[in-house]
Amino acid sequence: MYFAKIMACAAAVLIAVPAAAEELRQGGKLLLTNGVTTIEGASGGGISTWALIAGNETTDGIGGSAHVSIVVLPDYDWQSHGAAIGLFDRVELSYARQNFNTRDIGAALGIGQDYVLRQDVFGAKVRLFGDAVYGSPWAPQVAVGVQHKRNLDGWVARAVGAKETEGTDFYVAATKLSLSTSILVGATARLTKANQNGLLGFGGDKGEDYSVQFEGTLGYQLSRRFVIGGEYRTKPDNLGVAREDDWFDLYAAYAITRNLTATAAYADLGSIATVPKQRGAFLSLQASF
Amino acid sequence: MLLTALALFLQTAPSPGEEPVDPYEIKDSNAGATPFSGTGMLEAFGGKEGIRRIVDRFVDANLADEEIGEIFAGHDQVRLRRTLFEQFCYILNGGCRYTGRDMKSSHKDLGTQHADMNRLVENLQAAMATEGVPFAAQNRFLAKLAPMKRDVVER
Ligand code: HEM
Repeated sequence: MYFAKIMACAAAVLIAVPAAAEELRQGGKLLLTNGVTTIEGASGGGISTWALIAGNETTDGIGGSAHVSIVVLPDYDWQSHGAAIGLFDRVELSYARQNFNTRDIGAALGIGQDYVLRQDVFGAKVRLFGDAVYGSPWAPQVAVGVQHKRNLDGWVARAVGAKETEGTDFYVAATKLSLSTSILVGATARLTKANQNGLLGFGGDKGEDYSVQFEGTLGYQLSRRFVIGGEYRTKPDNLGVAREDDWFDLYAAYAITRNLTATAAYADLGSIATVPKQRGAFLSLQASF
Repeated sequence: MLLTALALFLQTAPSPGEEPVDPYEIKDSNAGATPFSGTGMLEAFGGKEGIRRIVDRFVDANLADEEIGEIFAGHDQVRLRRTLFEQFCYILNGGCRYTGRDMKSSHKDLGTQHADMNRLVENLQAAMATEGVPFAAQNRFLAKLAPMKRDVVER
């Protein structure tokens, strides 16, 4: 009786192990541990990039996501959409298109009523080590990444004094969910020249070199599906004519299903293209597999 | 020498309804985590009775799971329910001893992947939620299990 069981077990193991070793697994990440999508298309919060990798895949599969986000501000509308793929929870490749509608300000600045500043952001991120959820509570998940940004309305950027119309950001990000406190912590250091993310070009009269900027987030996990928190992001201030402020938001992200996450936030983007106090609502939907 | 062997054999002689396993040294540290202090966590889990219900639901869910059920098939369920109960009760400071094997040797050759671990965690979350364990306490318990992943998942 035992012998038969052991043999059956052994046979099962012999069949199961090689199959499992080669099999590509679909999905399998814990809810929310793929993050949501930043306005630059990377996995993170809304404005800060995190060390998480996009897609629902684990180390044994391939996943991906698509997103649409809007930021409704007093004087502007910001929209971004894009897609990302996640390879083996190791590499993330992303693309986002940003559309920044200047509404009445466009006319006031002389670039045209409802003129839309557009930018493409191509991103790549590699998880170096660590696990945001498992392992030692003191060992975060750490990733490095690049974001290549191409401003499609370079003449506006040049007109406000930007030195370049394309730029590449480099960053290192660390993210950890502290299970014992249900607190999510993230910090990112970014080398960048971008003015307002790149929508106003790169570098300017007040500075044309890379500077180190900081992104941080603190969140609290209320349930498997629900996390609330805030983000802070420092930015360069390179343009004499258009002061730039740090960004700040308070967010709530909800995993409606394994494949759909909704995010809503109150965002304070400070002064943008000479118009101060741009505070409004950030809304984002992310589909992932 | 002979005495230690005999002691080991007696210690690991199968409990009623269980299949024998290779001899091993019984010690609480096999549980893979140190217990909480105080009674807060034990209460959050509904005491020993609550832990027993959670473990039963958890094991039932794992066995019935379409992703990971296969991994549990053919293994000694009676023993698994007993040792898991002991492990949870020990960690939650319920005054139990853990008499099972350590996590590394009991999971070796199972071929477990990351996705299996996540699935198991989700089944445990569901079992804890059904018992009414507050989410923050669920996470505090998972914090004790999270470092064990490296011993449980093969790659
Ligand atoms: C941190 C997470 C885990 C904990 C705390 C845990 C705990 C345990 C315990 C206490 C035992 C009994 C040890 C003994 O018999 O002496 C056991 C056995 C077992 N576990 Fe886990 N386990 C974990 C993860 C997993 C995962 C991810 C799987 C697969 C999906 C799994 C599958 C099994 C199986 C099949 C057995 C029976 C092994 C046998 O009969 O020899 N476990 N586990």
